[in-house]
Formats: sequence, structure tokens, C-alpha cells
Amino acid sequence: MSTPTSEASIPLHETPLAGVTTVVDKKAAVILSVMTAGLLLVVAFFPQDGDTTFRLAVPSDFAQLPRVTVPSTLTAWVLIIVCLLCAGWSIVLYRRKLQTPLWLMVIYSLGWMIGFLAWAASGGTIPVVGLLSGSLALAVPLVFGALGGVLGERSGVVNIAIDGQLLAGAFAAAMIGSALNSTWAGLVAAMVAGTLVALILGLFAITYLVDQVIVGVVLNVLVIGLTSFMFTQVLAPNAETLNSPPRFTAVVIPVLGDIPLIGPIFFRQSAVVYLLYIAVAVVTWSLYRTRWGLRVRAVGEHPTAADTVGINVIRTRYRTILIAGAVAGMGGAFYTLVSVPQFNREMTGGAGYIALAAVIFGKWDPIRATLAALLFGFASNLQGVLSVIGSPVPSEFMLMLPYVVTIFAVAGLVGRSRPPAADGIPYRKG
Amino acid sequence: MSSAVGTEQHPPTEPDEAPDRNRWRETFREIASGGVTVGFLAVLLAIVVGSVLIAATDEQVRATAGYIGARPGDFFQATWDAVWGAYTALFRGSVYNTNAVSFDQGIRPLTETAKFAAPLIVAGLGVGLAFRAGMFNIGGRGQMLMAGAAAGWVGYQFDLPAVLHLSLALVAAMIAGALWAGIAGLLKARTGAHEVIVTIMLNYVAFYLVFFALSKQSLLQAPNSFNPKSLPVKDSAQLPELLGDQYNLHLGFVIALVAVAFAWWLLERSSLGFRIRAVGLNPEAARAAGINVGRVYVLVMLIAGALVGLAGANQVLGTVTSGITVDLDAGIGFDAITVALLGRSRPLGILAAGILFGAFKAGGFAMQASQDIPVDIVLVVQSLIVLFLAAPPLIRTIFRLPAKEAK
Repeated sequence: MSTPTSEASIPLHETPLAGVTTVVDKKAAVILSVMTAGLLLVVAFFPQDGDTTFRLAVPSDFAQLPRVTVPSTLTAWVLIIVCLLCAGWSIVLYRRKLQTPLWLMVIYSLGWMIGFLAWAASGGTIPVVGLLSGSLALAVPLVFGALGGVLGERSGVVNIAIDGQLLAGAFAAAMIGSALNSTWAGLVAAMVAGTLVALILGLFAITYLVDQVIVGVVLNVLVIGLTSFMFTQVLAPNAETLNSPPRFTAVVIPVLGDIPLIGPIFFRQSAVVYLLYIAVAVVTWSLYRTRWGLRVRAVGEHPTAADTVGINVIRTRYRTILIAGAVAGMGGAFYTLVSVPQFNREMTGGAGYIALAAVIFGKWDPIRATLAALLFGFASNLQGVLSVIGSPVPSEFMLMLPYVVTIFAVAGLVGRSRPPAADGIPYRKG
Repeated sequence: MSSAVGTEQHPPTEPDEAPDRNRWRETFREIASGGVTVGFLAVLLAIVVGSVLIAATDEQVRATAGYIGARPGDFFQATWDAVWGAYTALFRGSVYNTNAVSFDQGIRPLTETAKFAAPLIVAGLGVGLAFRAGMFNIGGRGQMLMAGAAAGWVGYQFDLPAVLHLSLALVAAMIAGALWAGIAGLLKARTGAHEVIVTIMLNYVAFYLVFFALSKQSLLQAPNSFNPKSLPVKDSAQLPELLGDQYNLHLGFVIALVAVAFAWWLLERSSLGFRIRAVGLNPEAARAAGINVGRVYVLVMLIAGALVGLAGANQVLGTVTSGITVDLDAGIGFDAITVALLGRSRPLGILAAGILFGAFKAGGFAMQASQDIPVDIVLVVQSLIVLFLAAPPLIRTIFRLPAKEAK
């Protein structure tokens, strides 16, 4: 190490911070090429003998879709060629300075995924409906959490405490739901609990200007401590009355639920999942299409300017994170009112951090964050399905995927994620 | 002190005040209106909230609350018993066991406190050091896991003379921790990736990596075993007991003290420390002054990771020597954040905070055993302390202290 004085003679140059934000369009071509290369290497080095069966229907379907059985390695190679074509086309488009269209991405993703599955599940059967509906179930708390995170960060408040909100929601839903023997009371309690956590976050981060990341991390520890303490002291000894909440059962939506493939996945779910669809739509619409949403975004990007035109920054931030807390709390209710009908210590298992990853990977946009959360849910469910089939991919690496992808995303290797300009900065009037 | 007070009464004829006098006044002001009072009150307030929780969930208290109107005395007696019982158990578990037959037995809790404090102190130093450069290292868990796995592997794989083996295992832990944390530093320096997100994500990546390695015979898993656990660490690589077999205290505590001294020297006396502090105060100004900010980010994360890595080694080579597991970090990675915050990121402060939280841990387990109060209460009190401490205005409002004098 040299001394500070000798360093002063080195000419000042821009940090790489500013240098990366150049070409955004390249990323699609790069991702597609890299992912194709990855699949190609895996299939080339570990060829699989045998067939793969895709089961597209569930027994209760209105119209039965047939089972599809294909030779594993051949299918994988055919789809790799499709992927190569898509990637090549994307590079051609990039050379012509054109954006890669969405339909190409969709074709590519489907081709890649089916090719990967055909290879990974060789000799077994993939229950497609089960795989996808299971993914949705795993993703529900993540999507709620990510929506809460997007709302908060869009208004300029970093919310690391999503995990705490999920856990508090799960706890409150179990306790109140059991005590009043009502699923809806449990759901409302979860929303209140999430809001309370958000209120503490607001008190420290907005009113007392404490570093938002610190408050978030500490709040997570506080909620883990509180819920575990209360669980051992109150819930566990009175499990009959306080920790056996009623469950939301699956409701089949009349016509939609009968559509093959799509119906059993999306429209034979519990009320909480339908609420999720509504929440995604409402959050997206209100964030981009209402006066309130415009104000939230203004406060998150440039609070001083917003203040100048008469928007109350503090009030807007409080209101937004309280709503965000209620949304995240609903996600917590999913654990105890749908998945497992009882509360357990630290039962979210850090899902809030995956939701946070989805917020960043989704570039602070509700729709993209939802898709990211669904992708993460898919990755963790696929891991379960594949380990049952006995696939060559170690399950730990599938579970690792969301986190690795997020690191790449924040590092700008797959397109730069830019947070709202005033994200994480407390606002001090004057 | 007296000289400082004495000169205070003279009219300020001298243009420059003596520097040592200045320092005394600074300290006095800090005690009166800032750090120390607020710190003490934050701890007090957190303990009060903890007491309320303990009392509210105590069966006797709830039973007597049913007829509080008729016999309020019973209620207050029960509340007092619950809270007093809890805190005396905490004391007996962390400082001196007054029920012990001999002094040797009685002093055992204090050694337990030191044992629990050691990893908190080194990991707290790792977090605190990064704080001083303006970086938030939430990756303690991942760094400890990688370091613990490295130390454990060296510990069971090789046959070496005692001192050499232990040193090698410690070095392996420091390198593994440093490299794992260095990823976050490098990404921040090169791409501006926020270290908070990267370190959180690296925690999970480390968890699954170590879990994967522990479930593969060819990697870390013990032969002919189905549990995700490695072979036990050999005696030659274990941190030796300091006070004999009667106590669990091992060399890790001494290593923690050395680390405190090193961190103090690094921050206060070295040129790198100067740059770290400059970057932490204002990276733009530091860059303008010719400091290579990116390099400081990478270096500080490497050192921070090495320190947190020592905490991982402390666990695997000292506290739980039966083999590497995925929960070897025992929550220390996150506790370290609260330790660093309570210690205000200063090495001596972290030493004190680490001992306090070590005492909470040691006492918490004793409290759980004797009073049936879940050890989780310690987490609550710990996080409340940090929350209150982070918001001095809140403490001032609650206790109606005077506002901090403007500098």
C-alpha cells in the first residue's frame, strides 16, 4: 500500500460506477448467448439416456390433455438449436441497434426451460401442472413481499424488514385466526401486523432519520425474537386455542378453472391467491396511473422538488410504507392460513430477503418484480420436483439460483438495476 | 479534569485552547448530552420492555391479573417475582453463580460470558470496520460459514504438530472469510453494486454451498455418514482451553482481544485506517483528495471478512469441535451487526458491546433453563437496544434530556 501523499499524484479518473451504464440493449443478447452456452455445455458433457414424459393434465380436468413422451437428449439438442437461433437473432438485432422483442424472449425462455427439463428429468415424469401450481404457491408470499418492497422503495424508503413483516403477518394470522376461528380475521390481523412493523420502520427511518438499512435489519431480528418468544410462551402451550387457525380452501373459479393447463394452475387456488392477482393489478395501476402513484414516485425520485410543488413528503412516505406493510403482511398470512395451518418459529426462512431480491431483479417495477418472484418460486419448486425424480443437478444449486441471479443483476452484468434516486435517503425539510 | 474545569472560569484570553483540555471537554459533553447517557438509557429502556414481556407472559402474573381489583398486591408480587427471577437468573448465568458451592464453580458463568463474547467481538470488529468505510457488511453469516468450513477442513484433514496445525486452520479461515467478503467489496468498487444486497445474497449462496459440500462424501461429509456434517476437528487444530477442563473458555477470547488491539491500531494509527475513515466520512471528498476509493472498499472488505472469518474459526475450532455443520454461525453473523452498532464501530466500544451481548447470551441460556423464559428474549432486548441507540432524539424525548449541543 502506498501512502496517501503518493496517491495524490495519480490523476483523478472517473470511477467505474459511472462507466457501466452505457449500452442497455446489449443485455438481452448477452443473457441469451450465455444461457444457451450453459445449457449446451451441460447437455454435451452429461448426456442422458432415456425418455422424459410431460404430464399436462390433472385427473379432475374437464378436457384431458395427453401425456407427451420425448427422447431426452434429442429433445434437448433440438431445443438448444432453437435457443441458438433466438440468441443469434437477438445479436443481429443488437447490431442493428434494435431492441429484442418480447415474443422472442418468450419463445427462448420456453425453449430453454423445456430443453432443460427434458434433459434434467430424463427417465422420469414431470407433472407440469403440479410443478407450476406448486411454484405459484411458493411464490405467493414472495410476490406480496416484493409488492410491499416496490411500494416502499418507490417512495424512497428501503425496506429490508420485508422478512419481519412476513413473519409478523404469519404470527398474527395464526394467533387471531385461531382465537376467532376465522380466516378473514386472521388475514386482517396479518395486515395489521405488517402495518405495525412498517410503522416502526417509518418512525425510525422517516421521523428519526436513522439509516434505513440498519432499522430494517434490526427490525427483522426484533420480529424473530418477539415471535419466537411469544410462540414458546403463549402459542405452544395453548396450541389448541391459539395455534390451529382455520385454512383458506381452494376455490374453483367457474369457467376459467376448466381451461386445460391454465385453469388448474391459476384458477383453482385459495382466496389469498386471488387477492394476490388483485393486489398486483391495483399496485401497478395506482403506481403508474393515479395521482397518488405519481406523488409516490416523485417523492422517491426527487423529494425536494416534490416538496416544492406542495407534496407532503413525510406524509406520502408514511402512507406508502404503511400500505406496503399491509400488503407484505398478507403474504405472511399465506404461511399460516394456506400452506401450513400453524405458526412455527422463523417459519419464513428468510423469504423476505428473496422478496427483496425480486424487487431489485424486477427493477423496482411491480410487474417485473412479480415475475421475478414467480421465477424464484419456480426455481425452488423445480428443485423439489427434480430431487424426487433424481436429476443430475444438485438441488442446492437450484436453490442458490435466485441469489446468484440477484448478485449478477446488482453488479450490472445482466442489465443495470437503477433504484429510485432518493431510495434510502431520509428527507429533512429545509 | 480539574485543570480543565479551573481554566474554564478564566476569560478566554488564549487564542488556542490546549488540545488535551479540548478533548476532556469533548468527553464531558459526550457524557452529558450524547453517547454514554443515551447508551445507558437505551439499555435501560430495552430491559424495561423485556421485563414487560416477561411479566405479561408469566402464568402467575396472568392468573393474579384476573383479580387485580380485589387483591392488587398479589399481582404486583407476581410481577416482581417474575422479573426479579428472570434477571437474577440472567446474572447467575453470566457473572457469578451465587448458588454455587465453591468460588471455582461460582465464577464459571463469567468464563461462559467470555466464551460467548469472543466470536461476537471479532465478528463485530469485522462489521464495524466496514462501517467505518461507509460499508454495511450484512454478510457475517456467509463469511463465517465459508471460514468455518475452511478451518474445519484443515482441522480434520491434516496431521500436523499442534501449533502449526492450529495456525494453518486459523489462516485458512481468515482467507476464506476475506475472499467471500472481498467479492462484495470488489463488486462495489468495480460496478457500484450495493454491498448490502450482495452480502445478503452471498449469505444464502454460502449456506447452500456449504450444505452441498457437507452432503457429498467426496467433499466435506464424514465418511459413511448420512448427516450433513464433517469429521470432528483433530485435537492439534483445536483452540486450547485457557483455564483447564473445568471451564469451556478457550484461546478464542485471547484472539479476540488481539483483534481488538489490531483494529484499534489499524483505524487510529495506520495510513490505511486514515483512508478508511476518510472514505467513510465522505467518499467524494476522499476521492478528490487522491484516495483510491475503490481500493479502500476492496481492502476494508478483505480485512473485515478475515475478522469475521476468525469468528467462524472460533466456533469450529473452539466452541463446537465435533465437526462442521451449516448452523455453525449460530446467529453470530447477525448479532455482530448489533454489536458493532452498540459499540459505535469503535474497537473498544465493540469489545464492551461484545462482552455485554456475550453476557446476555450466557445468561439467557441459564434463564431458559431455570426460569423457563425462552432465550429469544435476549434477541428482543438486543435489537431494542440498538434501535433506541440509533435514534438518540427518541431517547431524549422519552427521558426529556436536553438536546445535543450544536458543534
